[in-house]
Amino acid sequence: MPQTHATSDAFEDDASEPTPPPAQAATTDALDDLLDQIDGSLQVNAAQFVRSFVQKGGQ
Amino acid sequence: MRIVGIETEYGILDPVDAYANPILLSSLLVDGARTWAGGRSTRWDYGGEDPLQDLRGTRRARANATADMLTDAVEADADTGTVSLRRRRGSWEDPAHLNAVLSNGARFYVDHAHPEYSGPEVSNARDAVIWDRAGDRIAVAAADAVTRGDGPAIALYKNNVDGKGASYGTHENFLVRRDVDFDGLARRLTPHLVTRQIYTGAGRVGLGQRGETAGFQMSQRADYIEADMGLETTLRRPIINTRDEPHADRSRWRRLHVILGDANCLEVPTFLKIGATSLVLSAVEADDERLDALELAEPVGDVQRVSRDLTLRAPLTLATGERATALDLQRAVLEVARDYATDAVDVLVIARWERVLELLSRDVFSASRDVEWVAKLELLGRIRTKYSVAGVALPWTDARLAAVDFRWSELRSGMAATLAARGAFETVADPELIAAAMTTAPRDTRAAARGDIVALKPELVDAAGWSTVVIDREADHGALEVVHLDDPSRPSHPLLDALARE
Repeated sequence: MPQTHATSDAFEDDASEPTPPPAQAATTDALDDLLDQIDGSLQVNAAQFVRSFVQKGGQ
Repeated sequence: MRIVGIETEYGILDPVDAYANPILLSSLLVDGARTWAGGRSTRWDYGGEDPLQDLRGTRRARANATADMLTDAVEADADTGTVSLRRRRGSWEDPAHLNAVLSNGARFYVDHAHPEYSGPEVSNARDAVIWDRAGDRIAVAAADAVTRGDGPAIALYKNNVDGKGASYGTHENFLVRRDVDFDGLARRLTPHLVTRQIYTGAGRVGLGQRGETAGFQMSQRADYIEADMGLETTLRRPIINTRDEPHADRSRWRRLHVILGDANCLEVPTFLKIGATSLVLSAVEADDERLDALELAEPVGDVQRVSRDLTLRAPLTLATGERATALDLQRAVLEVARDYATDAVDVLVIARWERVLELLSRDVFSASRDVEWVAKLELLGRIRTKYSVAGVALPWTDARLAAVDFRWSELRSGMAATLAARGAFETVADPELIAAAMTTAPRDTRAAARGDIVALKPELVDAAGWSTVVIDREADHGALEVVHLDDPSRPSHPLLDALARE
């Protein structure tokens, strides 16, 4: 199985991962708004939330 | 026209109590759906279920699946529609309370430890999107009803993995002609199923079943596909599932159960995963030998290979020894499928499919309005840059990225829902039609017969299944009347029509 980006380097070092370009205006605005909106919760809760996201296996 | 349907198992959490029992939460949610429906729902009919039968196995001697339901039949008339009688049971522990059959023809229930929305039978890819989106909104409405009734808050996630090893499914169902050789079907469909991920993948942070290796891949589900063919859905999951429960005339139909797909929050991937796959099945039914040239040498390994190939350049080895990328193979499948477009929705599927492949081949990120894994990767890329330290992007192991991956699919206010509300994605379905589909069944399948009687005369309905509606009314025989809906494309039944008019 090829591991295309098992490293945690910056993506400019990682030729197999496409680099997000500066996108078109509409999407960029929506993304920027969203980034600002989630900023607080990301800084505080991320690790705990990820740990607590536990599901049972299903089909 | 091909009868299709989508089943979605949602991830479920109590945001306040991470240790809340998911089975209890799921059953509260089904209760919530019943409350939301305001009496216009019914129980699930377990009486008519057929035992599992392997699609590869021998065909049953009896003419069709309804035969075993007619053990105590007294009435079966082609003009009035098939109705049989069933003795009333005594009181017993009723698993039906974990189910709600809704007026839009869907089944909303507890499957394992997840709430599941099994959408109604629909006749085309656009309707599949409409009733799939309606299911998401019903799930949120049900969660709201639970909270209003002093129950816990419930958060629902339309994804397929928890990053700790668990996976839960989003299954597609396609009615396929029984006379098609099943091994041939599997062989000819597999290359499409393996490579369609490039536009159906929802994106996932983490590689491996437990996310043991850092990174991002296209598909939620790819790492859980471990076999080419088989009956299992919860372990050693196959590319081609062989479960054989047609819920229709067994002598004429199979129900192909596709379990390797991702749950999608964007509409275009859902539209294409149903629409494109349905057209490929039409090519298979027509015995189109052009598909044989696309056979893969190692399809199971290729599921993961494609999912990890974010630049869409990895060559796959064909059975002939030649090499081709997933994009090459999808272009070839599209050229075959094009010849089987027969109606307006098919034409839209072909056009959208062609456009998405073109965008992906030009520049992956130009497809961020259509392809979910691209949209997710774009957002994650921004976050990696925004929180970079000394010019080094946030590593894929950072919990913030995994958190965004989960929160992406949260139905109420997740990133996908937020971005969709801001017009960041292409859409396929009219929002008004989605709203209507929460309470109304598709008009051109048997879901209309099921849903309409639930909407109009719920007090007469004891239970309903895919191919049965059980009527409980005053009658001399004193038994329940089982109305058989054996033809999925027939939207009415004489007895149900008469009862609805009363």
